[in-house]
Amino acid sequence: MSPLTYILGFPFLAALVILLIPKNYRFLIRSVALVGSFLSLVVAVSVFANFGSAPAIDGFKFQQMVPWIERAGISYHVGVDGINIGIILMAAVVAFAATAMAREIKSNEKEFYLLLMVMEGGILGAFVSLDLFLFYFFHELALVPTFIMIGIWGRGPDKNYATFNITIYLSLGALISLIGLIALYVQSGANSFDLIVLTRHIQQNPLTLASQQVIFPLLLFGFGILVSLWPFHTWAPLGYGAAPTSTAMLHAGVLKKFGLYGLIRVAMPLLPEGASTWLNVIAILALGNIVFCGWVAMRQRDLNLLIGNSSVAHMGFIFLGIASLTTVGVTGAVVVMIAHGFLAALAFGLNGYLYNQTKTLNIDELGGLLKKMPFIGTAMIMAMMAGCGLPGFANFAGEALVLFGSWKAFPVVTGIAIWGALVIGAVYMLRAVRNVLHGPDDPHWNEVKDAGLWPKIPFVLLIVALLTFGFVPRLLTEKIEPAVVELLKMANKNKPANPTVAVHGQISSENFQ
Amino acid sequence: MNSSYILELLVCGLGLALLLIDLWTPTVHKQKLGYIAAAGLLTILGFSFFMDATVSYTSFNGMLVYDPLALFFKRFFLSAAVLVTFLAIDFSDRISHGIGEYYSLLVFALAGMLFASSANDLIMVFVSLELITVTFYVLTSFQHKKTASIEAGVKYLILGALSSGFMVYGIALVFGTANTTEFSALKAAAITNSENPIFLMGLLFVIGGLAFKIAAFPFQLWAPDVYQGSPVPTTAFLAIGSKAAGFALLLRLLCTGVPNIAEHWNTLLIGMAGVTILYGNLCAIPQRNLKRLLGYSSIANAGYLLIGVSVLSQAGISAVLYYFCGYMFTLIAAFGVISILSKQNDSEDISILVGLNQRSPFLAATLTLAMVSLAGIPPLAGFFGKFLLLSSALERAPLHPAYYALLLIAIIGVVISIYYYFGVVRAIYWGKDPGDLSPVQVQMPARIALVLSIVGMIYLGLLPDRALKQSQRASSSLPTSAIVHKAAAAH
Repeated sequence: MSPLTYILGFPFLAALVILLIPKNYRFLIRSVALVGSFLSLVVAVSVFANFGSAPAIDGFKFQQMVPWIERAGISYHVGVDGINIGIILMAAVVAFAATAMAREIKSNEKEFYLLLMVMEGGILGAFVSLDLFLFYFFHELALVPTFIMIGIWGRGPDKNYATFNITIYLSLGALISLIGLIALYVQSGANSFDLIVLTRHIQQNPLTLASQQVIFPLLLFGFGILVSLWPFHTWAPLGYGAAPTSTAMLHAGVLKKFGLYGLIRVAMPLLPEGASTWLNVIAILALGNIVFCGWVAMRQRDLNLLIGNSSVAHMGFIFLGIASLTTVGVTGAVVVMIAHGFLAALAFGLNGYLYNQTKTLNIDELGGLLKKMPFIGTAMIMAMMAGCGLPGFANFAGEALVLFGSWKAFPVVTGIAIWGALVIGAVYMLRAVRNVLHGPDDPHWNEVKDAGLWPKIPFVLLIVALLTFGFVPRLLTEKIEPAVVELLKMANKNKPANPTVAVHGQISSENFQ
Repeated sequence: MNSSYILELLVCGLGLALLLIDLWTPTVHKQKLGYIAAAGLLTILGFSFFMDATVSYTSFNGMLVYDPLALFFKRFFLSAAVLVTFLAIDFSDRISHGIGEYYSLLVFALAGMLFASSANDLIMVFVSLELITVTFYVLTSFQHKKTASIEAGVKYLILGALSSGFMVYGIALVFGTANTTEFSALKAAAITNSENPIFLMGLLFVIGGLAFKIAAFPFQLWAPDVYQGSPVPTTAFLAIGSKAAGFALLLRLLCTGVPNIAEHWNTLLIGMAGVTILYGNLCAIPQRNLKRLLGYSSIANAGYLLIGVSVLSQAGISAVLYYFCGYMFTLIAAFGVISILSKQNDSEDISILVGLNQRSPFLAATLTLAMVSLAGIPPLAGFFGKFLLLSSALERAPLHPAYYALLLIAIIGVVISIYYYFGVVRAIYWGKDPGDLSPVQVQMPARIALVLSIVGMIYLGLLPDRALKQSQRASSSLPTSAIVHKAAAAH
């Protein structure tokens, strides 16, 4: 059995065990959840560490395939290549941190941990799937608990509205992408949802231009809604503002990347001609994310809404990297996906901690908190700095690669994006740091406490990950790049002039070491 | 001996036997008749699995046909009847008079459904439908002391009679122009009459009569009222059996009787499916009565099923068959829970669900699974059924772009439905102010039905391969080759 099956299996197993524990054994329930997500983290780390030496079949390592619904060409097929290995490690780290942060839940713990474990299993499953049906199946399995968790354990006056909003947007996005995936299956004629079989079949018999032009926008906008592509992003800040901490960490950090992963893995390589007509549109919409949502973030007075909007803004870099269709740009996009996963989890986790201490996240009411909580305050400054792209954090590595990669294809857009990233991001992040952490002592907050030893662990874990990949991005890029080159060979089929190999040298010079 | 109608004979015999046994049973023991009915039906269901599922032949000069599709539907109706009988046993203490007749009427309605699955002639279509509908007039109004039940019966009677009238008129027009009512002869006549307005009008009336059975727009008005007023087992059987019988007839008529016109009227079916989906889902949003909510949801589901019918391909038909299997387990679970709860509270308002997870975690979980499956969320049966329907429509979409619009409507419908199905789940687990927190007793027969339906929902959702094989084999007995070839040629 592939270790990947263990990675996604442990959370599901934990869910099953929790189902059998009576609901008043709260400590036991929490322990089972922690153990489940910790074991899956351990396996994920070992898979990441052994990735280089493992043998690859058809470009994928650690594969396992079990026929499932043979009549519809569906199987349980998992495997990793350079693109999803980092995402899986990130997902496992964030899943463990999110489980640790679930301490704040004080009612119906059993149901919460059950849903949390199903969500984690679904997330990890979605990113290891090599079968499009399985890919969607796991995503949906993770998505539904999100809605329920926000609806029941969410906070704030807008809770019901936010739940309603996020449910409608994300269900619609998921279903549109489902239609796109089924259309891809049906119209390719491969009679299989298996990504490897489908890829091989499409390489030999490419889809007609007409089908590509129908399917690509279905996938682009279906996935786009799931990733909060501007202008379909309004659910995100609202939803994250109302979500319980663990849910916001998992969704903003990992689950949201599903759509981007789908674009990179499925839409771009399998529908190259459909994609080529939309690249400019994607770049412009990405700019909408970076500049417009950054601007909106500047106006926020609520820390959670600010982080929510800035997380939407960061998605713009990933879209821009994907639209560039260069090795450097797409590699950068994958690095940003991973870095942003750690960062979003860290920021929402810190916000959650702060909220539990102060019962408010209104920037105007907070102030002078760094003296009261030195650890949380420092961590928050680090998160803010990572958010505005300070070198040393993984985000910088990714964003720089994206900007280098997209310069040639979209010089104007890239120029504006740099301005958006450096100026707008810095303005709202630094302003938040000044208002929340610095300033005069507020006697209001004499009661707040800094995190103890145990609550520090998830934050330390996330910061260590951000710094590690920030100082040694080669750990990621050397894995990602070969896989991206393979994908781009298919995606750039119709423009052979594109120098995918020529940028090879450039990427290693950008390794910051 | 030609054994093609042996199941029908056995079921009719069982119905008569129940009536006779009822005569000699003292009143105190009459409730036990349900066990006899259930045992009889189970035996017949078991027997049906020994019948040859590969052959096909006709009897009574082509009036009845026996083929894999007919056998599939017969097994489906028998399983549904067994589960409904279990619900009826649980419900029997709320029927003051004539519980024996209630069981035998259920069995006679079942006989009508079995005939419908074999009907190969417009006369047989009408007779089997009348057998179903007339028994349901009585079954819907069986709680004489409840005005709502009588009202449901009267409404169903008036609208049902109207639709039967249309249908007979349509059959007369078809017979007048085509000079036959038998499907294989009709197929040839339909080609020569494909421009004849009288023939087409007759056919339209027949399809209208069938649309009434499946509660498709614009013949759906009766459904919410009748669902709400009828005794719960009747509602369940109406929603599962009667709807499936309508679809069995519609599929056979369109595929074997008038394939050329069905192809031509494709857009009509697409439009009907789209409007039905939107109507059912939009009207379900404000409902507070659980049975009424499921009434509107059954209209919406008729719309989803019509997607598969409008495709008229093997993939579409097998998707319809698969969807029905999942739908049966889901509805038995939902109506079973409603039946048990309404016994204690004498109400079907959504507020009776508040605190259910404390009163009976088993019932709470059952109803939640049913709602999740209806909403089409993995890993339950409803998801895979919808998946098959959508993919069958996408197969034809390049030829007929109207399918893209239909699919858009379908996903909007699914999104709306998530809202109201989750309203039910919300009431169960997180409803405010539970009034009564006494534990709910679940009797053995109802418990069996609920456990079976949970197993069915999960099995069909997680391991759909075997059921998919059965439904594909059944659907292959309908001639859809012309259409499929055309689609393949265009690729």
